[in-house]
Amino acid sequence: MSGLKAHFPVLLVVVPLLTAPLLALIRQKQVARALALLSALATAVIGWGLVIAAREQVEPLSYHLGGWPPPIGIEYVVSQASAFVVAIVSSIAALGLLLGTRETRKEVTEGQQHLYYAAYLLCLAGLLGMAITGDAFNVFVFLEISSLSTYSLVAMGNRRRAFSAAFNYLILGTIGGTFVLIGIGLLYQVTGTLNVQDIAHRVQELEDVAPDSHNLTLLVAFVFMIVGLGLKLAVFPLHQWLPGAYAEAPAAVSAFLAGTATKVIYFQLLRTTVVFFGAAHVFGALRFGTHVLMPLSIAGMFIGSIAAIYQPTLKRMLAYSSVGQVGYLTLALSFGTEAGVQAGLLHLGAHAVTKAGLFCVVAAIVAGVGSNRIQRLNGLGKRMPIVAFAFVLGGVGLIGVPGTSGFVSKWALLQAAFASEHYLVAGLVLLSSLVAVVYVWRIVEVMYFQAPPVDEKTTHDNLAMVPALILLGASVLFGLFPDQVVELAADAAHQLFLEPGSLPPLPTGGHG
Amino acid sequence: MTELPLEAVLFVFLLVVGIVVGRLRNLFGAAMLTGIFSFLSAGLFTLLTAVDVAFTEAAVGAGISTVLFLATLALTDDTERESERSWLAIGVVSLTGLALFFGTFDMPAFGDPDAPIHHGVGRHYLMHSWDEIGLPNVVTSVLASYRGYDTFGELAVVFTAGIGVLLLLRSKAAVMGAKAKPIPVRSRAPYVREMPIVRAVAKVMLPFILLFALYVQAHGDFGPGGGFQAGVVFAAAFILYGLVWGPRAVQGIAPERMLEGGMAFGVLLYGGVGVAALFAGGTFLDYSAFTPEHPSHGQHWGIFLVELGVGITVSAVMVVIYFVFTARPRPRLPKRKKGALAPPRLTAVPELPVETPKEGSS
Amino acid sequence: MTLATHWHYWVVIALMMTGLHIVIARRNYVKKLMGLSIFQVSVIMLYVTMGKVAGGTAPVYVMEGEGHDAVPNLDVVYSNPVPHVLMLTAIVVGIATMALGLALVVRIKESYGTVEDDVVIEKDRAEEESLES
Repeated sequence: MSGLKAHFPVLLVVVPLLTAPLLALIRQKQVARALALLSALATAVIGWGLVIAAREQVEPLSYHLGGWPPPIGIEYVVSQASAFVVAIVSSIAALGLLLGTRETRKEVTEGQQHLYYAAYLLCLAGLLGMAITGDAFNVFVFLEISSLSTYSLVAMGNRRRAFSAAFNYLILGTIGGTFVLIGIGLLYQVTGTLNVQDIAHRVQELEDVAPDSHNLTLLVAFVFMIVGLGLKLAVFPLHQWLPGAYAEAPAAVSAFLAGTATKVIYFQLLRTTVVFFGAAHVFGALRFGTHVLMPLSIAGMFIGSIAAIYQPTLKRMLAYSSVGQVGYLTLALSFGTEAGVQAGLLHLGAHAVTKAGLFCVVAAIVAGVGSNRIQRLNGLGKRMPIVAFAFVLGGVGLIGVPGTSGFVSKWALLQAAFASEHYLVAGLVLLSSLVAVVYVWRIVEVMYFQAPPVDEKTTHDNLAMVPALILLGASVLFGLFPDQVVELAADAAHQLFLEPGSLPPLPTGGHG
Repeated sequence: MTELPLEAVLFVFLLVVGIVVGRLRNLFGAAMLTGIFSFLSAGLFTLLTAVDVAFTEAAVGAGISTVLFLATLALTDDTERESERSWLAIGVVSLTGLALFFGTFDMPAFGDPDAPIHHGVGRHYLMHSWDEIGLPNVVTSVLASYRGYDTFGELAVVFTAGIGVLLLLRSKAAVMGAKAKPIPVRSRAPYVREMPIVRAVAKVMLPFILLFALYVQAHGDFGPGGGFQAGVVFAAAFILYGLVWGPRAVQGIAPERMLEGGMAFGVLLYGGVGVAALFAGGTFLDYSAFTPEHPSHGQHWGIFLVELGVGITVSAVMVVIYFVFTARPRPRLPKRKKGALAPPRLTAVPELPVETPKEGSS
Repeated sequence: MTLATHWHYWVVIALMMTGLHIVIARRNYVKKLMGLSIFQVSVIMLYVTMGKVAGGTAPVYVMEGEGHDAVPNLDVVYSNPVPHVLMLTAIVVGIATMALGLALVVRIKESYGTVEDDVVIEKDRAEEESLES
């Protein structure tokens, strides 16, 4: 077994990636579903296995694909941070699969379920590959795997709007992806390498040579990567695609995406700023944090949360709330400190679990009431008490009430703000949480203080509640006993901030 | 630099074509011009010595994607409505362009052999790939071995697109055109298959295209070519056959199930080689592990197999995509002005006796 | 940095912006995809321009000797193979995106009866208002 364990980094990606074509061959919907679930569970186990493996090591684990040492070949890097991200992503993916094909259009339910699950697993493989790779161009390839499958999954929503939402996402997502590609190209041109660690090392050399004058090519590479990732992450004002995509996608897809896609991109953003270009340079000389990211984050926090108040459906409300939550994530990064990145990683985990859980609850509500329009939720507290309670539990998690994961991460965020003396920003974080109280309260009011309709039947979707309760339970558990995760995030942040070491020189010999 | 004038001419053409694509409201024409843009780019890539890229761009950009655009236009509208001038768009584009322009200030000169990009890994591949892998085409060595994992991901992208298109366009109502309603004869634009010269030429060319595809597949080790290009050329043969004799005729040769299986099989073959390397004691896709005493043999076998996987999946996906597009029933017949040029139909040709192959202008 | 040494990059940037402008400014979905295609091809051009070495040949070894004894001539100047490899991948990603985008366009046409962005948005708004009341 120890032999197998050595290959965990690659198996994490290859297991879902190779299950997908198998599903396409099988064509049997029950078998396909079981196999997809099994594969996602196996992936989640591998993900947590990597967390343990990374905890045991001081240095990040490196896996040489094709047997070529980096930078000649592509390398997988299991750092504490990347292991943390892949564990969360793969677990949420497995739980999302429990939702099955709820709210998908007719084509999927009529004999194409195997392809739907194949696309789901490809999306998972793409996200995991992106998080764990140590090669800049490989990031782009796996970004596109996950993006293309996401576009088709979003389009499987059961309204015609799913098509236009998916198309919109495709256009903006491709522009984002192409910007990242331009950025990588420019980086490659000035450094001559594609390996993340090697790039980081060489970029630092370039910056050390001329600390006062910026290398313009490098600067533009940075800008393009940030804008591209910002588009994919839905950083305000580049968030236009997100509400449509999350609101129109099938329930399982919304839950999966809300918990994973933006999180992996956020991790890329962390790496790009802290590792590629060096925190000292980005946040020090360039003042990217305080002058660019911080104002945008704060605007996103407020505009996302305020927009959430006015949405007609639960899914749209949660989607706009995600825009606001992305604001917290990027705000944590904008301090440019280890404490900030620690808070960012904590919030990544907390929000992933909470939002995915909430979307699962919405799936149960849609199954029960037949709609997720807020005006039709009256008296849900009586009609579906457990479901309504679960929603409230998730809602208070979004606000950040003590005892939930949201509190732990927001507390860390406040601490980071105080540590870097951004007192006003800390106040704004608290203020924006009050906005979250408003949109959550609006739902509570409809569910608990309005009389239920007289003669409307509700059906109970118990299966959808299983992942919902697991995820929200995890959120509470993490809220009550945060120590281990907080410590993990601290170590992960510390590791990201370590100086990039240089790779051993290229092997010589032979000709030349 | 002797090729400078030719490059400049191509660039001018490209700029003109690009601008015209933006302005032309006849989408049929714009689709053709987009194809021409790709074709001119392929010419430029050849001048810049990127022969593999040129080959692929010509096959994909000028070939497959033009066919897809035309197939889509046949199912949608072929005229664009007027868009208002958007200052926001102009602003965003100017800003992006300016940023990139400033980015070139610290770039090394074009063609500078001392640029950092030409040292580092690129140089390593050129200097050592003969000893480490032993193929004359360095692009193939990098593609299938040094960065073979990228290519695996690329294959997954193609496969994802195949799955996505199947999910979107193949519904029960339109399973490969089986139930597509025949289109009334009088409303049809001219079919390619009604043109005798085209039919004759196609018939002669088909075997050569297939042979060429096999050659390209096998020749990737020695010159421009490889699995991806071969797959596209192979698919092009099927598409040509479909254009001329109708998609249903192709299904006799390549049934849908077989193609769907092929899509999956190529990916599994590629991944299977990778997993086999794990069992042989190496890391994923480490072909040298197959023959530890003589690593370059293992490399040759590995590269041969993964290129085969690429070829199979790519050709299957391309043909499947073409099929689902053409088998989709047309929602409504577009009303066209008198005298307007009708695009040749690429959609499923209902197998009807052709009575009056009139020109489509009526 | 002069016109003589950098004009390739500048023309490529102009081409990229031509494509990007079509994507952002045009409302027709098919046209947007055409713009995207031009944008992506131009980015490929950027990489290929970066990979060119003055006087270099294609990165396929010029062999010396016959049969099994043939060895590559490493004194010949070759262009950098890496950008070529990366761009083969990018071309594939481009066509995959294009196919998926066009499939979506077909479905949008079928369900909305149009492929113009402003009409689609208008229809969505009308639908939303009818659901609200």
